[in-house]
Amino acid sequence: MIEIKNVSKSFEDKQILKGISAVMETGKTNLIIGTSGSGKTVLQKCMVGLFEVDGGEIIFDGKNLTHMTQEERKELRQQIGMLFQGSALFDSMTVEQNVKFPLDMFTKWDLQKKIERVNDVLERVELKDTNKKYPSEISGGMKKRVGIARAIVLKPKYLFCDEPNSGLDPQTSMVIDKLIHEITIENNMTTVINTHDMNSVMEIGENILYLYHGIKEWEGNNKEIIFNKNKKLNEFIFASEFLRDAKDMRMLEEKGIIDNDRNMDEIMRDGGANLLMGDEDKVK
Amino acid sequence: MMKGMFTKPENFKMYWKELMHQSVEIGMGSLWIVTVISIFMGAVSAVQTAYQLVSPVIQKETIAQVVRDTVILEFAPTLVCIVLAGVVGSKIAGELGNMRVSEQIDALEIMGINTKSYLVAPKIFASLITIPLLVILAMALGIYGGRLAGSMGGILPAETFDRGLLMNFVPKNVWFALVKAYTFAFIISSVSCFYGYNVKGGALEIGRASTTAVITSCVLILFADYILAFFLL
Repeated sequence: MIEIKNVSKSFEDKQILKGISAVMETGKTNLIIGTSGSGKTVLQKCMVGLFEVDGGEIIFDGKNLTHMTQEERKELRQQIGMLFQGSALFDSMTVEQNVKFPLDMFTKWDLQKKIERVNDVLERVELKDTNKKYPSEISGGMKKRVGIARAIVLKPKYLFCDEPNSGLDPQTSMVIDKLIHEITIENNMTTVINTHDMNSVMEIGENILYLYHGIKEWEGNNKEIIFNKNKKLNEFIFASEFLRDAKDMRMLEEKGIIDNDRNMDEIMRDGGANLLMGDEDKVK
Repeated sequence: MMKGMFTKPENFKMYWKELMHQSVEIGMGSLWIVTVISIFMGAVSAVQTAYQLVSPVIQKETIAQVVRDTVILEFAPTLVCIVLAGVVGSKIAGELGNMRVSEQIDALEIMGINTKSYLVAPKIFASLITIPLLVILAMALGIYGGRLAGSMGGILPAETFDRGLLMNFVPKNVWFALVKAYTFAFIISSVSCFYGYNVKGGALEIGRASTTAVITSCVLILFADYILAFFLL
């Protein structure tokens, strides 16, 4: 579990994070959502210690990051895995060398054991037969998987993902989301994901933190988010007309106005357009 | 940045591997350009010295002495290091800049690795090992280039050149050249690492950092050259 207590951070005159408090739960995928510039990445970089906080505390299972010495931080960081937005794979190394790197640096295992572990994690992220390829030779989705494999190879307690779906097609995004979610449960990790992808929010948002201009505006899960009453959050999640329509449909389902089993053609034939305009009686 | 370099390595074997890798990259990567430059600068030096020594009372051996001393004192350490500032400096600044921009440095930090000691220190130490060796090679090749140009161009026979090389030789000049080589190697690597490691932005800034690193290194080399010549000669 990671506790964030009243964290604030400024760059020169601009305050990016304004007293954020939240709890990132173990065994769950914790999502930080918000528009670009809302402070998601800054909060995540503060959590992993890449940025120093100006005020507040970040506590990893009782250990306060803000009061740690450099040596204690180094130890903690060996329990952290991170997937970067651009994957951050080492260009000069093959896939195998990239994933093996943390093992080379922090374990005294023999080569055979290291290779076995590398093959295990590559198999887990469904990347077989890519060991000898360089990052420039694989696709964006494969790079993300290699990034995940490298992040989990030392079996970390905490996994951080910065916009894992950026630059990926919707189908690959779903595969990556599912993979992160499954790995989180399998290894009982505390996973923190920065995203503004609403598919991810709905699929794996077990604990969601919504940031608005550096302030925690809303907190909940993917079941609660769709019916939330927060105006700013609704402006963010229903920015797409499609999602607004989907919400209307879902509300009508909840109220029993339309039947779950009826298909879209049937609903539209029966006056779906009126339904979306609020004329619910005609549908019924 | 220099202070952060001196910490206990997480895994000494990995640091050693990186030092060897950088030594090969910097040393072998610059070998051909140093070879070409050295031979030609020695050859040009011989031809131009012969052109200026028109008096019949001056011995032909003097040409060899002039070639030897200019190559050892100035051409090999200074000219070669200015070229290396371009070759090695831009490579180091570009590599670190790319690692910074693509978050590879952040990825190493997250793993708990001191990036200053893992990425910067091996580059500086590799430069301190390989650049003086390249300068020594440049001295030998420069003199050989002068000998070659002298005999092939009919300026002076090889035997006369060899005789001239041994006349009035001052061993201190070689030590002076090596002091310069170590100083310049440190300037090239540390300045380039500084600009590359601290890049902020994108591809444009990586290019700017490389250019700034090369220009700053060249200016500092020329300045240090004057200071060393003033105090050590």
